[in-house]
Amino acid sequence: MINKIVSTSSEAIREVRDGASVMIGGFGEAGSPIELIHALIDHGAKDLTVISNNAGSGHVGLAALIENLQVRKIICSFPRTANSKVFPELFHSNRIELELVPQGTLAERIRAGGAGIPAFYTPASVHTPLAEGKESRIFEDKEYVLEHGLKADFALVKAQTADRYGNLLYHATARNFGPIMCTASNVAIAQVNEVVEPGMIDPETVITPGIFVQKVLEVKEPLFESQLVEDNLQYPW
Amino acid sequence: MVNINQIKGWTRAEMAQNVARDIPDGSYVNLGIGLPELVADFVPKGRELIYQTENGLLGMGPVPEEGQGDRELVNAGKKYVTAIPGAAYFHHADSFTMIRGGHIDVCVLGTMQVSEKGDIANWSTGAENAVPAVGGAMDLVAGVKRIFVITQHTTKHGHPKIVEECTFPLTGKGVVERIYTNLATIEVRNEGLFVCEMAPDITFDELQEFTGPKLNQ
Repeated sequence: MINKIVSTSSEAIREVRDGASVMIGGFGEAGSPIELIHALIDHGAKDLTVISNNAGSGHVGLAALIENLQVRKIICSFPRTANSKVFPELFHSNRIELELVPQGTLAERIRAGGAGIPAFYTPASVHTPLAEGKESRIFEDKEYVLEHGLKADFALVKAQTADRYGNLLYHATARNFGPIMCTASNVAIAQVNEVVEPGMIDPETVITPGIFVQKVLEVKEPLFESQLVEDNLQYPW
Repeated sequence: MVNINQIKGWTRAEMAQNVARDIPDGSYVNLGIGLPELVADFVPKGRELIYQTENGLLGMGPVPEEGQGDRELVNAGKKYVTAIPGAAYFHHADSFTMIRGGHIDVCVLGTMQVSEKGDIANWSTGAENAVPAVGGAMDLVAGVKRIFVITQHTTKHGHPKIVEECTFPLTGKGVVERIYTNLATIEVRNEGLFVCEMAPDITFDELQEFTGPKLNQ
Protein backbone atom coordinates (compact mmCIF):
# COMPACT_ATOMS: atom_id res chain seq x y z
CA MET A 1 0.00 0.00 0.00
CA ILE A 2 1.16 3.46 -0.77
CA ASN A 3 0.96 5.87 2.13
CA LYS A 4 3.10 8.99 1.99
CA ILE A 5 1.67 10.51 5.15
CA VAL A 6 4.19 10.93 7.96
CA SER A 7 3.10 11.76 11.48
CA THR A 8 5.84 14.10 12.70
CA SER A 9 7.88 16.91 11.20
CA SER A 10 11.12 15.28 12.32
CA GLU A 11 10.16 12.14 10.41
CA ALA A 12 9.42 14.32 7.39
CA ILE A 13 12.90 15.80 7.16
CA ARG A 14 15.07 13.16 8.87
CA GLU A 15 16.93 12.11 5.67
CA VAL A 16 18.30 15.61 5.04
CA ARG A 17 22.08 15.24 5.35
CA ASP A 18 24.84 17.80 5.66
CA GLY A 19 25.65 19.24 2.25
CA ALA A 20 22.21 18.52 0.78
CA SER A 21 20.48 20.80 -1.71
CA VAL A 22 17.03 21.87 -0.57
CA MET A 23 14.39 23.73 -2.54
CA ILE A 24 12.10 25.73 -0.27
CA GLY A 25 8.77 26.96 -1.61
CA GLY A 26 7.21 30.32 -0.91
CA PHE A 27 6.97 33.84 -2.18
CA GLY A 28 7.56 35.75 1.00
CA GLU A 29 5.39 34.00 3.57
CA ALA A 30 2.81 32.81 1.03
CA GLY A 31 3.58 29.14 0.58
CA SER A 32 6.52 29.14 2.99
CA PRO A 33 6.57 25.73 4.74
CA ILE A 34 7.49 27.18 8.10
CA GLU A 35 6.91 24.06 10.23
CA LEU A 36 9.16 21.98 7.92
CA ILE A 37 11.85 24.67 8.01
CA HIS A 38 11.71 24.75 11.80
CA ALA A 39 12.01 20.96 11.82
CA LEU A 40 15.12 21.31 9.67
CA ILE A 41 16.55 23.73 12.23
CA ASP A 42 15.88 21.21 15.02
CA HIS A 43 17.40 18.49 12.86
CA GLY A 44 20.55 20.55 12.37
CA ALA A 45 21.77 19.50 8.89
CA LYS A 46 24.47 21.95 7.80
CA ASP A 47 26.28 23.12 4.70
CA LEU A 48 23.00 23.21 2.79
CA THR A 49 22.42 24.74 -0.63
CA VAL A 50 19.01 26.37 -0.48
CA ILE A 51 17.01 27.26 -3.58
CA SER A 52 14.26 29.74 -2.73
CA ASN A 53 12.83 32.96 -4.14
CA ASN A 54 13.52 34.97 -0.98
CA ALA A 55 15.78 34.80 2.06
CA GLY A 56 13.21 35.03 4.83
CA SER A 57 12.19 37.73 7.25
CA GLY A 58 12.62 38.40 10.94
CA HIS A 59 14.19 35.55 12.90
CA VAL A 60 11.83 32.74 11.98
CA GLY A 61 11.43 30.28 9.12
CA LEU A 62 14.00 30.58 6.34
CA ALA A 63 15.72 33.56 8.01
CA ALA A 64 16.17 31.46 11.16
CA LEU A 65 17.62 28.56 9.15
CA ILE A 66 20.12 30.99 7.63
CA GLU A 67 20.81 32.64 10.99
CA ASN A 68 21.54 29.20 12.44
CA LEU A 69 24.41 28.95 9.91
CA GLN A 70 23.01 25.85 8.22
CA VAL A 71 23.05 27.37 4.75
CA ARG A 72 26.29 27.54 2.77
CA LYS A 73 24.75 28.91 -0.41
CA ILE A 74 21.44 30.30 -1.52
CA ILE A 75 20.14 30.43 -5.09
CA CYS A 76 17.61 33.20 -5.01
CA SER A 77 15.94 36.01 -6.97
CA PHE A 78 15.13 38.49 -4.23
CA PRO A 79 17.11 38.07 -0.99
CA ARG A 80 16.39 41.62 0.20
CA THR A 81 13.64 42.07 2.79
CA ALA A 82 12.34 45.07 4.68
CA ASN A 83 12.62 43.51 8.11
CA SER A 84 15.50 41.08 8.13
CA LYS A 85 19.15 41.72 8.80
CA VAL A 86 20.00 38.03 8.92
CA PHE A 87 20.88 37.51 5.27
CA PRO A 88 22.59 40.90 4.68
CA GLU A 89 24.88 40.45 7.70
CA LEU A 90 26.03 36.98 6.70
CA PHE A 91 26.30 38.03 3.05
CA HIS A 92 28.49 41.03 3.83
CA SER A 93 30.76 38.98 6.07
CA ASN A 94 31.09 36.32 3.33
CA ARG A 95 29.51 33.63 5.44
CA ILE A 96 26.86 32.78 2.86
CA GLU A 97 27.20 32.52 -0.89
CA LEU A 98 24.55 34.04 -3.15
CA GLU A 99 23.69 33.02 -6.69
CA LEU A 100 21.32 35.73 -7.90
CA VAL A 101 18.91 34.58 -10.59
CA PRO A 102 16.06 36.45 -12.29
CA GLN A 103 12.76 35.17 -10.91
CA GLY A 104 11.51 33.73 -14.20
CA THR A 105 14.87 32.12 -14.86
CA LEU A 106 14.78 30.58 -11.39
CA ALA A 107 11.31 29.19 -12.11
CA GLU A 108 12.31 27.86 -15.52
CA ARG A 109 15.54 26.32 -14.19
CA ILE A 110 13.49 24.42 -11.64
CA ARG A 111 10.86 23.46 -14.21
CA ALA A 112 13.58 22.27 -16.60
CA GLY A 113 15.32 20.32 -13.84
CA GLY A 114 12.10 18.51 -13.06
CA ALA A 115 11.36 17.86 -16.72
CA GLY A 116 14.72 16.32 -17.57
CA ILE A 117 15.95 19.32 -19.55
CA PRO A 118 19.59 20.06 -18.65
CA ALA A 119 19.72 23.61 -20.04
CA PHE A 120 17.81 26.15 -22.09
CA TYR A 121 18.18 29.59 -23.65
CA THR A 122 16.30 32.58 -22.25
CA PRO A 123 16.13 36.25 -23.31
CA ALA A 124 16.02 37.40 -19.67
CA SER A 125 19.21 39.05 -18.37
CA VAL A 126 20.87 39.44 -21.79
CA HIS A 127 23.17 42.53 -21.74
CA THR A 128 23.02 42.65 -17.93
CA PRO A 129 25.62 41.72 -15.30
CA LEU A 130 23.67 38.52 -14.56
CA ALA A 131 24.50 37.18 -18.02
CA GLU A 132 28.23 37.77 -17.67
CA GLY A 133 30.32 34.66 -18.24
CA LYS A 134 27.36 32.70 -19.57
CA GLU A 135 27.16 31.19 -23.01
CA SER A 136 24.93 33.12 -25.39
CA ARG A 137 23.49 32.43 -28.80
CA ILE A 138 21.48 34.25 -31.45
CA PHE A 139 18.18 32.79 -32.61
CA GLU A 140 16.31 34.71 -35.32
CA ASP A 141 18.36 37.88 -34.73
CA LYS A 142 17.78 37.93 -31.00
CA GLU A 143 20.29 37.09 -28.30
CA TYR A 144 19.62 34.51 -25.60
CA VAL A 145 21.63 33.28 -22.64
CA LEU A 146 22.16 29.66 -21.66
CA GLU A 147 20.82 28.68 -18.25
CA HIS A 148 21.03 25.29 -16.58
CA GLY A 149 18.22 23.25 -15.10
CA LEU A 150 18.16 22.92 -11.34
CA LYS A 151 17.56 19.77 -9.32
CA ALA A 152 17.71 19.23 -5.60
CA ASP A 153 17.91 16.42 -3.09
CA PHE A 154 14.87 17.71 -1.22
CA ALA A 155 11.99 20.13 -1.63
CA LEU A 156 10.02 21.56 1.27
CA VAL A 157 6.70 22.97 0.12
CA LYS A 158 3.41 24.08 1.58
CA ALA A 159 0.08 23.04 0.10
CA GLN A 160 -3.52 23.10 1.24
CA THR A 161 -4.84 19.56 0.76
CA ALA A 162 -3.29 16.16 0.13
CA ASP A 163 -4.25 12.50 0.06
CA ARG A 164 -2.04 9.54 0.95
CA TYR A 165 -0.87 9.29 -2.68
CA GLY A 166 0.63 12.77 -2.42
CA ASN A 167 -1.81 14.52 -4.77
CA LEU A 168 -1.76 18.20 -3.84
CA LEU A 169 -4.05 21.21 -3.99
CA TYR A 170 -2.76 24.66 -3.08
CA HIS A 171 -4.29 27.87 -1.78
CA ALA A 172 -4.28 31.10 -3.82
CA THR A 173 -0.82 32.60 -4.46
CA ALA A 174 0.78 30.17 -2.02
CA ARG A 175 1.10 27.83 -4.99
CA ASN A 176 4.03 29.80 -6.45
CA PHE A 177 7.09 27.49 -6.56
CA GLY A 178 5.48 24.41 -4.94
CA PRO A 179 4.44 22.41 -8.01
CA ILE A 180 7.73 22.87 -9.89
CA MET A 181 9.90 22.25 -6.83
CA CYS A 182 8.12 18.94 -6.22
CA THR A 183 9.05 17.85 -9.76
CA ALA A 184 12.70 18.88 -9.45
CA SER A 185 13.62 17.16 -6.18
CA ASN A 186 14.39 13.57 -5.28
CA VAL A 187 12.36 13.81 -2.09
CA ALA A 188 9.54 16.33 -2.12
CA ILE A 189 8.06 16.92 1.31
CA ALA A 190 4.75 18.76 1.51
CA GLN A 191 3.16 20.18 4.61
CA VAL A 192 -0.57 20.52 4.10
CA ASN A 193 -3.45 21.97 6.07
CA GLU A 194 -5.56 18.88 5.57
CA VAL A 195 -5.21 15.27 4.54
CA VAL A 196 -8.23 13.72 2.88
CA GLU A 197 -9.16 10.22 1.72
CA PRO A 198 -8.20 9.21 -1.84
CA GLY A 199 -11.05 10.18 -4.14
CA MET A 200 -11.93 13.31 -2.18
CA ILE A 201 -9.71 15.38 -4.48
CA ASP A 202 -11.32 15.64 -7.90
CA PRO A 203 -8.72 14.30 -10.40
CA GLU A 204 -9.65 17.21 -12.70
CA THR A 205 -8.41 19.69 -10.12
CA VAL A 206 -5.17 18.03 -8.94
CA ILE A 207 -2.32 20.56 -9.23
CA THR A 208 0.60 18.36 -8.23
CA PRO A 209 0.06 14.69 -9.12
CA GLY A 210 1.22 12.36 -6.34
CA ILE A 211 4.11 10.90 -8.33
CA PHE A 212 6.05 14.12 -7.64
CA VAL A 213 5.57 13.95 -3.86
CA GLN A 214 7.31 11.56 -1.48
CA LYS A 215 6.13 12.69 1.97
CA VAL A 216 3.13 14.53 3.33
CA LEU A 217 2.85 16.08 6.78
CA GLU A 218 -0.44 17.44 8.04
CA VAL A 219 -0.11 20.80 9.82
CA LYS A 220 -3.67 21.84 10.53
CA GLU A 221 -3.01 25.39 11.64
CA PRO A 222 0.31 26.50 10.23
CA LEU A 223 2.12 29.50 11.64
CA PHE A 224 2.58 32.61 9.55
CA GLU A 225 5.90 34.38 9.21
CA SER A 226 4.45 37.91 9.37
CA GLN A 227 2.56 37.13 12.59
CA LEU A 228 5.69 35.68 14.21
CA VAL A 229 7.74 38.69 13.09
CA GLU A 230 5.07 41.03 14.43
CA ASP A 231 5.18 39.16 17.76
CA ASN A 232 8.97 39.54 17.79
CA LEU A 233 9.50 35.80 18.00
CA GLN A 234 12.66 33.99 17.20
CA TYR A 235 13.21 30.35 16.30
CA PRO A 236 14.28 28.18 18.13
CA TRP A 237 11.74 29.54 20.61
CA MET B 1 18.40 77.97 -15.17
CA VAL B 2 15.02 77.05 -13.75
CA ASN B 3 14.93 75.31 -10.41
CA ILE B 4 13.11 72.02 -10.83
CA ASN B 5 11.37 72.52 -7.49
CA GLN B 6 9.59 75.55 -8.91
CA ILE B 7 7.89 73.42 -11.53
CA LYS B 8 4.79 71.72 -10.28
CA GLY B 9 4.39 69.28 -13.12
CA TRP B 10 1.92 66.43 -12.97
CA THR B 11 1.00 64.74 -9.70
CA ARG B 12 1.58 61.03 -9.21
CA ALA B 13 -2.13 60.49 -9.85
CA GLU B 14 -1.98 62.46 -13.09
CA MET B 15 1.08 60.51 -14.22
CA ALA B 16 -0.78 57.27 -13.54
CA GLN B 17 -3.77 58.63 -15.43
CA ASN B 18 -1.56 59.39 -18.43
CA VAL B 19 -0.37 55.79 -18.46
CA ALA B 20 -3.85 54.33 -17.99
CA ARG B 21 -5.17 56.34 -20.94
CA ASP B 22 -2.66 54.63 -23.26
CA ILE B 23 -3.51 51.04 -22.32
CA PRO B 24 -6.09 49.62 -24.74
CA ASP B 25 -9.29 47.91 -23.65
CA GLY B 26 -8.89 44.19 -23.09
CA SER B 27 -5.15 44.31 -22.34
CA TYR B 28 -3.39 41.90 -20.01
CA VAL B 29 -1.24 44.11 -17.82
CA ASN B 30 1.53 43.61 -15.27
CA LEU B 31 2.09 46.56 -12.93
CA GLY B 32 5.37 46.98 -11.07
CA ILE B 33 5.58 47.78 -7.37
CA GLY B 34 4.96 51.34 -6.10
CA LEU B 35 3.97 54.14 -8.49
CA PRO B 36 2.94 51.70 -11.29
CA GLU B 37 0.30 50.21 -8.95
CA LEU B 38 -1.56 53.55 -9.06
CA VAL B 39 -2.36 53.02 -12.75
CA ALA B 40 -5.13 50.56 -11.84
CA ASP B 41 -7.06 53.39 -10.14
CA PHE B 42 -7.34 55.43 -13.35
CA VAL B 43 -8.54 53.06 -16.04
CA PRO B 44 -10.99 55.04 -18.21
CA LYS B 45 -14.65 54.04 -17.92
CA GLY B 46 -15.72 51.29 -20.26
CA ARG B 47 -12.29 49.65 -20.49
CA GLU B 48 -11.52 46.31 -18.93
CA LEU B 49 -7.92 45.42 -18.11
CA ILE B 50 -6.81 42.12 -16.59
CA TYR B 51 -3.92 42.39 -14.15
CA GLN B 52 -1.30 39.70 -13.85
CA THR B 53 0.92 39.53 -10.81
CA GLU B 54 4.00 37.39 -11.37
CA ASN B 55 3.72 35.53 -8.09
CA GLY B 56 0.81 33.64 -9.58
CA LEU B 57 -2.50 35.42 -10.18
CA LEU B 58 -4.26 36.55 -13.35
CA GLY B 59 -7.24 38.74 -12.51
CA MET B 60 -5.87 40.64 -9.55
CA GLY B 61 -8.50 42.82 -7.87
CA PRO B 62 -8.22 45.75 -5.49
CA VAL B 63 -6.70 45.77 -2.01
CA PRO B 64 -9.08 44.10 0.49
CA GLU B 65 -10.68 46.00 3.33
CA GLU B 66 -8.61 46.37 6.49
CA GLY B 67 -8.54 43.07 8.36
CA GLN B 68 -9.94 41.11 5.40
CA GLY B 69 -6.59 40.15 3.85
CA ASP B 70 -5.54 36.57 3.16
CA ARG B 71 -1.84 36.03 3.95
CA GLU B 72 -1.59 33.74 0.97
CA LEU B 73 -3.28 36.07 -1.52
CA VAL B 74 -0.66 38.71 -2.21
CA ASN B 75 0.84 40.66 -5.11
CA ALA B 76 4.44 40.83 -6.24
CA GLY B 77 5.07 43.47 -3.55
CA LYS B 78 3.82 40.91 -0.99
CA LYS B 79 0.83 43.10 -0.18
CA TYR B 80 -2.69 41.74 0.30
CA VAL B 81 -4.83 41.80 -2.83
CA THR B 82 -8.06 40.18 -3.97
CA ALA B 83 -8.94 37.98 -6.93
CA ILE B 84 -11.71 39.12 -9.28
CA PRO B 85 -14.50 36.73 -10.35
CA GLY B 86 -12.91 34.89 -13.27
CA ALA B 87 -9.37 35.03 -11.84
CA ALA B 88 -6.85 32.20 -12.16
CA TYR B 89 -3.99 31.02 -9.95
CA PHE B 90 -0.91 29.30 -11.36
CA HIS B 91 2.62 28.31 -10.45
CA HIS B 92 5.73 30.32 -11.24
CA ALA B 93 6.76 28.50 -14.40
CA ASP B 94 3.32 29.22 -15.89
CA SER B 95 3.50 32.79 -14.67
CA PHE B 96 6.76 33.40 -16.47
CA THR B 97 5.48 31.54 -19.52
CA MET B 98 2.90 34.32 -19.68
CA ILE B 99 5.60 36.95 -19.19
CA ARG B 100 8.55 35.65 -21.18
CA GLY B 101 6.36 34.02 -23.79
CA GLY B 102 4.96 37.37 -24.89
CA HIS B 103 1.41 36.82 -23.65
CA ILE B 104 1.25 39.96 -21.49
CA ASP B 105 0.41 43.09 -23.48
CA VAL B 106 1.75 45.87 -21.28
CA CYS B 107 4.09 46.12 -18.31
CA VAL B 108 4.39 49.36 -16.35
CA LEU B 109 7.59 49.69 -14.36
CA GLY B 110 9.33 52.22 -12.18
CA THR B 111 12.98 52.91 -12.85
CA MET B 112 16.19 54.47 -11.63
CA GLN B 113 17.44 55.26 -15.15
CA VAL B 114 16.17 54.93 -18.69
CA SER B 115 18.25 55.71 -21.76
CA GLU B 116 17.40 57.30 -25.09
CA LYS B 117 17.75 53.87 -26.68
CA GLY B 118 15.16 52.40 -24.35
CA ASP B 119 17.64 50.69 -22.03
CA ILE B 120 16.32 50.37 -18.49
CA ALA B 121 18.22 50.12 -15.18
CA ASN B 122 15.86 49.53 -12.28
CA TRP B 123 17.25 46.71 -10.12
CA SER B 124 20.59 47.83 -8.73
CA THR B 125 22.66 50.93 -8.21
CA GLY B 126 25.74 48.73 -8.30
CA ALA B 127 26.62 49.90 -4.78
CA GLU B 128 28.90 47.43 -3.05
CA ASN B 129 27.15 47.55 0.31
CA ALA B 130 23.74 46.67 -1.13
CA VAL B 131 22.35 43.16 -1.16
CA PRO B 132 21.65 42.47 -4.83
CA ALA B 133 18.04 41.52 -5.60
CA VAL B 134 16.42 41.32 -9.02
CA GLY B 135 13.02 39.63 -8.80
CA GLY B 136 11.10 39.38 -12.07
CA ALA B 137 12.18 42.65 -13.69
CA MET B 138 14.58 41.12 -16.23
CA ASP B 139 12.03 38.57 -17.37
CA LEU B 140 9.32 41.24 -17.66
CA VAL B 141 11.37 43.59 -19.84
CA ALA B 142 12.58 40.68 -21.99
CA GLY B 143 9.15 39.23 -22.66
CA VAL B 144 6.24 41.62 -22.27
CA LYS B 145 5.11 43.14 -25.58
CA ARG B 146 5.13 46.80 -24.52
CA ILE B 147 7.19 48.26 -21.68
CA PHE B 148 6.03 51.57 -20.20
CA VAL B 149 8.11 53.35 -17.58
CA ILE B 150 6.58 55.67 -15.00
CA THR B 151 9.01 57.75 -12.98
CA GLN B 152 9.82 61.19 -11.61
CA HIS B 153 11.70 63.06 -14.32
CA THR B 154 14.77 63.62 -12.12
CA THR B 155 16.34 62.17 -8.99
CA LYS B 156 15.78 63.79 -5.59
CA HIS B 157 18.93 65.77 -6.27
CA GLY B 158 17.64 67.04 -9.61
CA HIS B 159 19.77 64.80 -11.84
CA PRO B 160 18.11 63.47 -15.00
CA LYS B 161 16.79 59.92 -14.85
CA ILE B 162 16.49 59.96 -18.63
CA VAL B 163 20.09 59.61 -19.78
CA GLU B 164 22.19 58.98 -22.88
CA GLU B 165 23.62 55.78 -21.42
CA CYS B 166 22.58 54.12 -18.17
CA THR B 167 25.37 54.14 -15.61
CA PHE B 168 23.60 51.67 -13.31
CA PRO B 169 23.61 47.96 -14.22
CA LEU B 170 21.02 47.25 -16.92
CA THR B 171 17.78 45.36 -16.46
CA GLY B 172 17.26 45.17 -20.20
CA LYS B 173 18.51 46.75 -23.40
CA GLY B 174 16.35 48.62 -25.93
CA VAL B 175 13.07 47.54 -24.38
CA VAL B 176 11.26 50.69 -23.21
CA GLU B 177 8.56 52.09 -25.50
CA ARG B 178 7.20 55.05 -23.53
CA ILE B 179 8.32 57.11 -20.54
CA TYR B 180 5.75 58.84 -18.32
CA THR B 181 7.19 61.43 -15.94
CA ASN B 182 5.87 64.29 -13.83
CA LEU B 183 7.03 66.66 -16.58
CA ALA B 184 6.29 64.89 -19.85
CA THR B 185 5.27 61.78 -21.73
CA ILE B 186 8.04 60.69 -24.06
CA GLU B 187 8.18 58.06 -26.76
CA VAL B 188 11.37 56.09 -27.45
CA ARG B 189 11.91 55.69 -31.20
CA ASN B 190 14.85 54.47 -33.25
CA GLU B 191 15.55 58.10 -34.19
CA GLY B 192 15.56 59.27 -30.56
CA LEU B 193 13.21 60.56 -27.89
CA PHE B 194 10.01 62.30 -28.95
CA VAL B 195 7.91 64.37 -26.57
CA CYS B 196 4.23 63.42 -26.83
CA GLU B 197 2.90 65.70 -24.13
CA MET B 198 4.25 68.13 -21.54
CA ALA B 199 2.95 69.14 -18.12
CA PRO B 200 1.09 72.46 -18.32
CA ASP B 201 3.64 74.63 -16.50
CA ILE B 202 6.83 73.71 -18.34
CA THR B 203 8.40 74.82 -21.63
CA PHE B 204 10.20 72.54 -24.05
CA ASP B 205 13.54 74.23 -23.28
CA GLU B 206 13.06 73.73 -19.57
CA LEU B 207 12.14 70.08 -20.15
CA GLN B 208 15.32 69.66 -22.19
CA GLU B 209 17.38 71.09 -19.31
CA PHE B 210 16.20 68.30 -16.99
CA THR B 211 16.77 65.56 -19.56
CA GLY B 212 20.13 63.98 -20.47
CA PRO B 213 19.78 63.27 -24.19
CA LYS B 214 18.34 65.55 -26.87
CA LEU B 215 14.56 65.63 -27.07
CA ASN B 216 12.56 65.95 -30.26
CA GLN B 217 9.25 67.74 -30.57
